Amino acid sequence: MSIIAATLRRELLIAFRSPGEIINPLMFFVIAVSLFPLGVGANQEFLSEIAAGVIWVTALLAVMLSMDSLFRADYEDGSLEQLLLSPQPLYFVILAKVASHWLVSGLPLVILAPIFASMLSLPAEGILPLMAALLIGTPILTMLGAVGMALTVGLSKSGLLLAVLILPLYIPVLVFGTGVVDSALNSLATSGLLALLGAMLILALCLTPLAIIAALRISVSL
Amino acid sequence: MWQWLFKLSSPKWFYTISGQLMPWLIAITSILLVIGLVWGLAFTPPDYQMGENYRIAYIHVPAASIAMGCYYMMAGMAAAFLIWRIKMADMVAKACAPVGMTFTALALFTGSVWGIPTWGTWWIWDARLTSTLIMLFLFIGVMALRSAYDSEAAGAKACAVLSLVGVVNVPIIKYSVEWWNTLHQGASSLSLSNTSANPPEIWLPAFFVGFGLFGFYLIAIILRTRNEILIRERRTEWVDELLSTNFGNNISTNEGLG
Amino acid sequence: MMLTVNNLYCERDERVLFQNLDFAVGEGEIWQIQGSNGSGKTTLLRILCGLNDDFSGEVLWQGEEQGKARQAFNQHVFYLGHAPAINKTLTAKENLSWHCASRGLTNSDQIKAALNSFNLYGYEDMPCYLMSAGQQRRVSLARMLLSQAKLWILDEPFTALDKQGVMELETLLAEHARAGGAIILTTHHSLQMNHPLQAVDLDLLAGLVAA
Repeated sequence: MSIIAATLRRELLIAFRSPGEIINPLMFFVIAVSLFPLGVGANQEFLSEIAAGVIWVTALLAVMLSMDSLFRADYEDGSLEQLLLSPQPLYFVILAKVASHWLVSGLPLVILAPIFASMLSLPAEGILPLMAALLIGTPILTMLGAVGMALTVGLSKSGLLLAVLILPLYIPVLVFGTGVVDSALNSLATSGLLALLGAMLILALCLTPLAIIAALRISVSL
Repeated sequence: MWQWLFKLSSPKWFYTISGQLMPWLIAITSILLVIGLVWGLAFTPPDYQMGENYRIAYIHVPAASIAMGCYYMMAGMAAAFLIWRIKMADMVAKACAPVGMTFTALALFTGSVWGIPTWGTWWIWDARLTSTLIMLFLFIGVMALRSAYDSEAAGAKACAVLSLVGVVNVPIIKYSVEWWNTLHQGASSLSLSNTSANPPEIWLPAFFVGFGLFGFYLIAIILRTRNEILIRERRTEWVDELLSTNFGNNISTNEGLG
Repeated sequence: MMLTVNNLYCERDERVLFQNLDFAVGEGEIWQIQGSNGSGKTTLLRILCGLNDDFSGEVLWQGEEQGKARQAFNQHVFYLGHAPAINKTLTAKENLSWHCASRGLTNSDQIKAALNSFNLYGYEDMPCYLMSAGQQRRVSLARMLLSQAKLWILDEPFTALDKQGVMELETLLAEHARAGGAIILTTHHSLQMNHPLQAVDLDLLAGLVAA
């Protein structure tokens, strides 16, 4: 079995055997989204204005909080070292790890989003663009989160350091992601912004594995 | 010239050369700043749109530009450190983060001061202030990462990686915030980067303040870097000699090592 | 000559661990790195296998610098660290098949044989969290046999093994050396192998112990 398929298989097996690691970030998303109407009032018109923003911010926080399961277990049991000592090209192994993490943490968000967007009174014409934007955007968030995770996995008390490092980098994805929904709601074309997000995704695919590998080497040498 | 640059990558030479340059740099910077600030803040004519209140721009605009340049310099040093393993580059990069953070904070503060008379509020989510705020977060992030690492060497490499990831994002963030701002245009179309044609009496002081602030930036970076050199090279002979000639023989930096 | 170390210098937390360290490991040789706790044995092993690059000096693999020959180096070298590198939610077989894939090997039938060599017959489908520490260690040691590596770098490989396990491992190590492989290891256990043993004593080198 090629290393990519083997890595995907391993990561998905591990993920499904600890269902908590998958479900908890999703529950965070669900609960946090529900906090907003409780905080700002149930006025449907007002909620529909903030719906896209609330979904996006909560989604990116959920992705960030789920990043811990990406490298920590491997770091602690020594598998990460073995990964770095593998003669196979690391670039693709890392992409496979991040992809499998997105499949269990980002993709469920894309699927859950329409339900909660609708609960926040997002008009129907905004739902599909929201899903499309999340579909392209959440992998970017996962990859940037992986860079932050690689930099902090070796630190004993990193706490919310990951948030401090990564959240500023999430801003463009947030801005364009909500922009897609706003454009759709104003009957403007969304293809330009989706293409922009797509370009960011490709940039992330090309460059983040390099940063992740460099950061993992540092963390493993601690 | 390459030889001179190459020499600068040795901590001892950097320390010596910067020590010789500092008095000149301080003198020139002081003159530029005094001339520029007094002229700009006191003697220039009032702007036809904003009255007296635009003067804070003399500090705000160069502060913001220098902060941005500082991030790029930090990233450049990070690249030099990672690619060619020049330790001096990391020492300069380490100095860039707090200095950049301070200049960013200065830009934000002066922006707020400008905002109060102009818009009646000390904060507004316009493109400039927002992207300056994000730049502040980026600088703080680099400083937080460095202090989280116990190992000096590993921390240096980690910050270098983070700086490089950040520098790719800086133009993307700037562009996205500007775009976001055009979409959510507030009531005011007055931006802090007002570039209406101004007569020389207005922009000449800006040159003085601009270069003066840049000189101040260099002084801050060099002072911090010199400090870092003394700390990291404390076990070498030349530092030992330096400290004992300056502070007497009570200071020994070589205790406990064979 | 497989692995050559020239003028190695390493310091950690402002303490010099070792300096001017030179030695070369050739085929069929078994080397033990000796030293008291904290003398830098693990650090040295991690430098040798390429996980730690905070040192000055040279580490050469078959004459070439380790950094440049990384792929060939990783292909021929196997490292066993303190941590077993076994994911506890996976079964022994699943763990080992990923390790095989990570070394570019596809020999799932050899997995059973490797587990058998360590008395884990029948354990391939047991999740590792159900195993004892000693059994997990042995699954980890099974990676060693599956790696098809020439040079084994082992950090305290006898940990958590019982007397019989220790004897069997010693036999395996001697066999590997006789077949032309090489081994660098650290251990507190006094080795009784049927094979000549060479040593690098870090305490001696640091001048802490009289020769």
